[in-house]
Amino acid sequence: MTANQILNPRDWSSHPRQAHPDYKSTLLRSQQHPLVPLPQSLSELTGPVFGHCGLTGQDADLTRNAVRDGEAIGERIIVAGRLIDESGRAVPNALIEVWQANAAGRYVHSQDQHEAPLDPNFLGTGRALTDSAGRYRFTTIRPGAYPWRNHPNAWRPAHIHFSVFGTAFIQRLVTQMYFPGDPLLALDPIFNATADAAARQRLVAGYSTELTEPEWALGFEFDIVLRGPQATPLES
Amino acid sequence: MSSQTPSQTVGPFFSHALTPSWNGRPPIAGTQLADERTPGTLIRIEGRVLDGAGDPVTDALVEIWQARHDGAYPDGSDTFYGFGRASTDAEGRFWFQTVKPGALPENGAPHVNAAVFARGMLNHAFTRIYFSDEQAENSRDPVLASIGPARRKSLVASLRDSAGPPVYDFEICLQGVHETVFFDA
Repeated sequence: MTANQILNPRDWSSHPRQAHPDYKSTLLRSQQHPLVPLPQSLSELTGPVFGHCGLTGQDADLTRNAVRDGEAIGERIIVAGRLIDESGRAVPNALIEVWQANAAGRYVHSQDQHEAPLDPNFLGTGRALTDSAGRYRFTTIRPGAYPWRNHPNAWRPAHIHFSVFGTAFIQRLVTQMYFPGDPLLALDPIFNATADAAARQRLVAGYSTELTEPEWALGFEFDIVLRGPQATPLES
Repeated sequence: MSSQTPSQTVGPFFSHALTPSWNGRPPIAGTQLADERTPGTLIRIEGRVLDGAGDPVTDALVEIWQARHDGAYPDGSDTFYGFGRASTDAEGRFWFQTVKPGALPENGAPHVNAAVFARGMLNHAFTRIYFSDEQAENSRDPVLASIGPARRKSLVASLRDSAGPPVYDFEICLQGVHETVFFDA
């Protein structure tokens, strides 16, 4: 994106409704007042630059970035894709952070009480900057499904959390990537909070033979699309 | 044309990735954006995140993005990056140490931009933090003017009556009668 171009609005046919009663935690945390329209100014159209972070390749390899005394346990996978905007243009040098449960469905978090083992060699966090073509690539362990208390016998489908920055603060996106063919997707109130089926499918990675490395790891492709520029530039 | 990737909740388990200081890992950004060496007036912003029942939200993530003391937005070339990140504690509290942003004529009264994320929020919510001791600037700000006086107050952090460096209090109410103004930019 060139500097300070007005962006398309958030596409509310793609994003979930804020109040979604099937997802119980929304009941007291969703907004009741309509959002107030805000003209886009420098406050919205600038954003943090993360070139100073000093990230290394190790940060993007979750199978190695927390190793203590052995290998991370589970099915090794590669998750890669492109970060683009709605016009199809690459978003280079953008920060992507990921976090996930381990192969047994357990997070490294004091509030995660799931009776499943922690893996001392797997933390489940990674970060990377996109390259000049907007590409990113993580090596990780396929996360397990895990139970939660939203409704009886509720299980979250396996997923990887993504936190993404564009060049503008209002391009900020936090989302979750799911795996193809997961029977839990049809039952998950978070995934299904997005009403539009085609939009939901944009949260599901595709299996990729190109990304799959022989004798090593399955590959999954997950492209991420941020708000793109409107045709009319910002008048300064 | 491609279509936007849908937002999903940050969930309850983000801290080992996004605010990992407790785990001994260097964060991308934290609660201290500035110190005595940073040009400008050093301030603290202290706040709480509350839900629709008035209870503290103990697993929220608050991010801020702001201009430098001279009103210009950082472009990555100086040591003040203008971006901060905090997770709320067991009482729903968060704080930032930063410099008071300046104002540019074309960008309204001094303010800090904020995004709020939490379990139970399927989309993050954007708001702004203005300052109670900027009454003249605030009265001319077109964004504040576009909001009725009752709700406008939710965007203005109050300067605490205390000695020492300025502290501003800012409460974020996610829902209900006192709901903070959230923006669709």
